[in-house]
Amino acid sequence: MRTSRFTQAVDDALAHAMADDPRIVVFGEDVPMLRRDLLVRFGPGRVRGTPISESAFVGAAVAASMAGLRPVVEVYMVDFLGVCMDALLNHAAKVEAFSGGKWQAPVVVRAPCGGGYGDGGQHEQSLWGWLAHIPGLTVLVPSTPADAGGLMLAALQHDGPVVFLEHKLLSETSLEFLGSGGRATVQYDTPEEGTRGPVPRKWRPLPIGKAVTRRTGGDLAIASLGVGVHRAMEAADLLEAEGISAGVLDLRAVSPLDRDAVRGVVAQTGHLLIVDEDYESFGLSGELAAVVLEAGLPCAYGRVCTQTTIPYARHLEDQVLPNVERICAAARQLVQDPQGT
Amino acid sequence: MPPDLWSLYGPMLRSRLFEEATAKLWHDGRISGELHLGTGEEAIVAGVVSQLRDGDAMALDHRGTAALLMRGVDPVLILREVLGRPDGLCGGRGGHMHLFSKEHLAASSGIVGASGPTGAGFGLAAQYLRPGTITVAFFGEGAMNQGMLMESLNLAAAWQLPVLFVCKDDDWSITTASEGLTGGELAERARGLGVPVIKADGLDVREVWGACGPAIERARAGDGPSFLHARCVHFEGHFLGYQMLRAIRNPLKEIPKISGPLVRSFLHPRGAPLHERVAGLRTVIGAMLETLRDPRRDPGNDPVQRARGALLTEPERLQELESRIEKEMSQVLASALEEVPA
Repeated sequence: MRTSRFTQAVDDALAHAMADDPRIVVFGEDVPMLRRDLLVRFGPGRVRGTPISESAFVGAAVAASMAGLRPVVEVYMVDFLGVCMDALLNHAAKVEAFSGGKWQAPVVVRAPCGGGYGDGGQHEQSLWGWLAHIPGLTVLVPSTPADAGGLMLAALQHDGPVVFLEHKLLSETSLEFLGSGGRATVQYDTPEEGTRGPVPRKWRPLPIGKAVTRRTGGDLAIASLGVGVHRAMEAADLLEAEGISAGVLDLRAVSPLDRDAVRGVVAQTGHLLIVDEDYESFGLSGELAAVVLEAGLPCAYGRVCTQTTIPYARHLEDQVLPNVERICAAARQLVQDPQGT
Repeated sequence: MPPDLWSLYGPMLRSRLFEEATAKLWHDGRISGELHLGTGEEAIVAGVVSQLRDGDAMALDHRGTAALLMRGVDPVLILREVLGRPDGLCGGRGGHMHLFSKEHLAASSGIVGASGPTGAGFGLAAQYLRPGTITVAFFGEGAMNQGMLMESLNLAAAWQLPVLFVCKDDDWSITTASEGLTGGELAERARGLGVPVIKADGLDVREVWGACGPAIERARAGDGPSFLHARCVHFEGHFLGYQMLRAIRNPLKEIPKISGPLVRSFLHPRGAPLHERVAGLRTVIGAMLETLRDPRRDPGNDPVQRARGALLTEPERLQELESRIEKEMSQVLASALEEVPA
């Protein structure tokens, strides 16, 4: 088994796919800098930079995918999809339905996401719930290098539009570029298992929409994704010492959501805690509550999410983003006093 | 009235010293994430902002510190904000890319091009509520490829909004050279959308001042928007810690980190034919060579030094001014770093 860093794994799987499939092209903001290793291997025809024109180049990627290419289009951060949401909301997501199922847009939109390094509320959002809200979009949020590479390969083979989100605290290149800038004077709370880990010698696509159990536990199940999975794992260790047995389910995809897996852990434990770095209201955490309610399962439910605009100040940011302390407190409450009495 | 270089040099130096102090705090790890400095663009900002009056508005980009300082915002509040303190300009919630001062009608955004629509909207409010006042929108040439900015130029022309669009052109879109990504000529674009264009040497504060004066007066008189195109050099590139600049400044440390993976990838058996790989390699090496030949390395491109040079004829006055500003800035730094009151 070899090991890899997170973004290195994505790029490695992408290169593997590019070598097999000449239809795959990569373009986006600062790609000649960020993907220079792909540029020198596949040439400037297939790997190219774009102007800061998200509406044009994301929209173009959608149409290029309809016309036979397999574009991987990169925006600097998921927040910037706000500039070009039309391309995803009204086009990529609608082509298949509007064409009566005869035409797809197999585009992969690759974007760093998430906070925890002090860039403020316009550059640190998660937004996966906002994206997954739209029928027709697949939204992937890997939490380990192995999943990141395997899911990138799956995204490249998928016949519809996929938004592939890389959490910046897991991505060595994003954090170097946007956080430390080569400084040794700053530290970030990066989860070790997420930033570097074992990866297969040969990449194979992972199933899309399939959650994975990271830890089993009898008292409650914590469902999460991205960096939240690692925060949940750390919390589960602490809870175990207190006599609370918490399992951790890594959803890996927001859409399609692995409803079976969620129902399964709820049936086992009767207690579900969601750890979601995305906004609390009208998003993934509420959707998971609906999954449980619709299944008619008895369940004590809680959630630890981001409730407000993410503040710039690091100490405030650490309180606003789901952290281990908040997860432990919510878990205790859920197990010991689910009615909040 | 000819511009008074003394009154323009002071704010430029003040801004420069402030941002250099901020940069040091970033290097010391007191600032966690990105930091985009405006060092190098002081002449453009000073030439424009020095002509603003009460009730005028500013739409700022992700490097708005200089404009806010020159507009009269308390430097201690800005520095505390950049440090993420609760007693900062925005309570530590905005940060350097999202600086807001309602009393100065000044709003920033970290989204490239967003100052276009903001400028148009502030201009619309000025047209209705405060006739005779204007709005300045600052942005880089990279933003000129954003639809929202070009749409705003058109809107301002169609509605004859009192907006001065200021393009601070440093030739770089984040870390990619703008030249290869931009069709046509920026001034022609603005003209094509019905916005009159003025050009000025962005390193010469007197020229900027003189060039935009009539445009500002036109806007005040209700005669619509203008577009100022001025070139400048950002000494630290897009943001502090930019890897290519680090590689040039400290090659022994940085180049091996870049070259190892690059060579392995170039030599990988599965990939494009050799000529395409070579073309890719030339793109990467070209970017590095461009950084080597970079105008950022030439002190002749420093607008603060250039203004200073013209003031050397009165060395005593210059020294008095500079020591006063240096003293003020060290007081600002000390004050901003004071313990947060409980």
